[in-house]
Amino acid sequence: MTGQLFGWTGRYLRVDLSTGASENLPLPEDIRQTFLGGRGLGGFFLRDFATLPCDHPDMPLIIASGPLTGTNSPASSRCHIMSRSPLTGAIGDASVGGRLGLELKHAGYDALVVTGQANTPCGIEIDDHEVRFTDATNLTGLPTPDVFAKLRAHRPTGCIATTGPAAENGCRFASIMVDTYHSAARCGLGLVAGLKNLKYIAVRGTGATQVADPAGLAAAVEDIERLANASPALMGQHGFARYGTGSLYDLMDSRRMMPTDNFARTHFPPAPGINAYAYAQRYHPVRRGCPGCLVQCKGLSGDGRPLPEYEAMSHFTALIGNEMIELAMRATDFCACLGLDPVSAASTLACHRERTGEDYGPDRVLALLLGMATSQGPEAELGRELGQGAASYAASHGRPDLAMSVKGLDLPAYDPRGAYGLALSYAVSTQGGSHLRANPLSHEVLRKPVATDRFSFSGKARSIKSAEDMLAAADSLPICRHLLLAASLEEYAKAFAAVTGLPATAGDLLLAGERICMQERLLNAQNGFTAKDDDLPQRFFTESGSGAPDLPVPPIPRQDFLAARAAYYRIRGLDLNGLPTRDTVQRLGLPWPKQWERA
Amino acid sequence: MNDQLAKYAAKLADAGLCAPGEPLLAALDAELSFNHAGDPRQSLAVEVLLGLGASALLLAEPIGACQATMYALAREALEQGEAAVIPGDCETRTFLHDLPVVNGLDTALILQALRRRKGCIILHQGRALMAAAGSVSPEQTFVTASSMAFACFVAYFAKHLRDARAGQITSARRAEFAAIRALLDADMARLPQTAPELLSGPFANADQARAAMIQAGRAVVEHGLVDSSFGNVSCRQSTTGGELLLISQTGSALDELGGVIDPCRMDGTSCVGLTASSELTAHKAIYDGGPAKTILHGHPRFAVILSMDCEKLDCPGLGNCHRACATPRAVNGDPGGLHIPIVPGEVGTGPFGLCNTLPPALTSGGGQRGVIVYGHGLFTTGAVDFRDAFATLLEVERFCRDEYFRRVAGLDQQNDAG
Repeated sequence: MTGQLFGWTGRYLRVDLSTGASENLPLPEDIRQTFLGGRGLGGFFLRDFATLPCDHPDMPLIIASGPLTGTNSPASSRCHIMSRSPLTGAIGDASVGGRLGLELKHAGYDALVVTGQANTPCGIEIDDHEVRFTDATNLTGLPTPDVFAKLRAHRPTGCIATTGPAAENGCRFASIMVDTYHSAARCGLGLVAGLKNLKYIAVRGTGATQVADPAGLAAAVEDIERLANASPALMGQHGFARYGTGSLYDLMDSRRMMPTDNFARTHFPPAPGINAYAYAQRYHPVRRGCPGCLVQCKGLSGDGRPLPEYEAMSHFTALIGNEMIELAMRATDFCACLGLDPVSAASTLACHRERTGEDYGPDRVLALLLGMATSQGPEAELGRELGQGAASYAASHGRPDLAMSVKGLDLPAYDPRGAYGLALSYAVSTQGGSHLRANPLSHEVLRKPVATDRFSFSGKARSIKSAEDMLAAADSLPICRHLLLAASLEEYAKAFAAVTGLPATAGDLLLAGERICMQERLLNAQNGFTAKDDDLPQRFFTESGSGAPDLPVPPIPRQDFLAARAAYYRIRGLDLNGLPTRDTVQRLGLPWPKQWERA
Repeated sequence: MNDQLAKYAAKLADAGLCAPGEPLLAALDAELSFNHAGDPRQSLAVEVLLGLGASALLLAEPIGACQATMYALAREALEQGEAAVIPGDCETRTFLHDLPVVNGLDTALILQALRRRKGCIILHQGRALMAAAGSVSPEQTFVTASSMAFACFVAYFAKHLRDARAGQITSARRAEFAAIRALLDADMARLPQTAPELLSGPFANADQARAAMIQAGRAVVEHGLVDSSFGNVSCRQSTTGGELLLISQTGSALDELGGVIDPCRMDGTSCVGLTASSELTAHKAIYDGGPAKTILHGHPRFAVILSMDCEKLDCPGLGNCHRACATPRAVNGDPGGLHIPIVPGEVGTGPFGLCNTLPPALTSGGGQRGVIVYGHGLFTTGAVDFRDAFATLLEVERFCRDEYFRRVAGLDQQNDAG
């Protein structure tokens, strides 16, 4: 035995912005193997502080890579950012591409845990084991491209992650931008950084991830890449590799699942003329993506602007009633520059539009986005109000029913009336309105691993639970969820075993995923989340979608939904109110919350 | 869920892979259900299903040649201390990787195998049993089981021919082979001498074309020319809205194509075909490069087996035949007769994807009738409708079956003489 550690570095960096202290700490073996990394490790570091308010100095902002980060395992250069969401009050997290996870790992850390609050805007610069705090006052108020440009002047290599003006101005859906074009967009994680006066993090590492069995990893990589190449959604004629996730635009509209007019309708007639093909014709994008990924799903226009991901593409058109492709481009670019989550930004616009009946012109949309992020410009006042999120805005105007969100997190661009597994997964997601916790679109729309009946709850409770476990493990290795449209934990378990030298099967990773999901349930439960929060906006149970003669889209049957949710609770090991039971928590080796012990 | 359990149990029987009523399928959502009651394997199924936390489980005993080939390969793997059978066909390589073998009805060992792979072979009381699990639907277990049966069939016959070329067939092996060959009559009964009546073209509109695709797809399955949800079918069709490439969706069963045909625009202006077959790129290139109006793709077993037969036993490219064989190869009948090129290529669009090899082979010389992709399957084209495409599929498989046994017999004679 050499004592060499494979996969993980076995260290993490804790930084206290209040004191300016940093500690290079060991990450114990049992924690590594229990929570893997990424999202699992984020939950572990969060769990003792999860009930603190987001602006409490002790509230951590966690950035965690995983055992596969920095290896040849496809689409594994990612990391996970986690904290408590200022938008929802639940756990808030995002998987993010770019080089952040990679550089952190190469610098010698499995995770970075940021606590405390600086007195003035600051940056953290990490070069291997050297950690510096910098004055970032001169970067405040700048659009993110300007921040990147200024920082790149003295840090031409490595990764840079920064917030935009939205995080400095209290916008609850502020994002963190990574390496210019990647974003940790959802849940308001940018505001958590903003509340700490943390403007940016720059990381550069010169190390390498050690692999126990390079030949075994090469074999696993071959299996995964073969599956990716066989995937129509990823590498096919219309796949993400060619058009980005914008490929989904035509499909969602044809399936009558495109959220239109704040989810009042599910079909947007102008869609065929403003689809991914139209973007390609107009903007001649070049493909970009994360290191080590064969899909390269991002697109950059000739003038350097990011092409919208499917969610932004759909929400900045159909959701807000816009038919202009250039406005969707500009709105997406505004969000990137200002550090806004485009899904929540567009959802809030749609909510306001439905409440007031106001139709938007381009100037109005952009002015409102500016107002949300900066509280400045011609729409400063309304923008500031909208910047608190659709749920807050709708409630303050006595129309909470107009916020199309779950647990306060705005829904992405897939209407749940068109896929009942999706409906259930939205409702029970620990993050709130996100399809990425279980991604049932994989089988309900994209037919992988097999097609399921999208208008039925039959079998969905267990498949959602299983998929949640799978994706929790995937987020913790970490790997890009897109790859799971082709490969599965079966193949990635082989990669994990080869990298770490630890024998592991897909079943072992699923168990870790189950533990990670339950940990998140526990954290949310401690913050008062119950079955009443595992629900969808009323609209989906009472109003039909925009069906076609051969494709009716009725309201979701409420009783069937409740039965499926109850089944999910049983399968997940929760009580009737959606709360973890002591048996389940013990079985998964998690600690029972101290506050409940006392109670 | 019960209707799905019954459906896929019946499909296994319809495909001739299992005896009617034999397969045990279980589904677990909040509650457990089976396709039939009173099966002594139910307690084992429950233990495995709960142990995995899966949504569906299948236990089924293949019959006929599928049983014999699966058993022979699994037994040999165990005898050689191997934990799995590793077939060389394309679908297994891509989706299943290998087939773990479990000795006996041992719950723990079955769980161990199914935590690693989608399906496994259980040897019990001199018979092979298939176990397969699914995370979202019973259909997964059907797909896995029928793929396992196909993989073992192809692997056994391909290996026998390879070993015959190497002069490694013992008398015991020859006897076993003869016994297995005798079991093939049931399979051959599904392969008619003449093609069935199919709709004639040209088709007036997309609806007619879809109807022809549905009919042709069903015929391919009913005649045993493809298993489970593999294969694909397409048609190039003019419409008032522009020219369409109608193609079966990815993962669709060719005998159930109603509602699962994607209308992809030939001009590429829509991505609505995102769910189309993984071979859409190849189909489009074939239409772009030649006169074909229809394409049928099946996995006829002996065409696949013969594509894996090669005389160059010491070829330096061994191990990469499926994706990088540089030798022009073909299945040839009488001079001036059948000529079907064999090309390498993996599923889909990667650097070794069949989209790079199949279209040039199928469009060369003004258009070929068919091309076999190594270890994968046969693509055939039609000039107007599916009648000639289907006839070629049938003709090639019949020829390949006969040719296979001719080659084995010739090698046997040669080895006997030597």
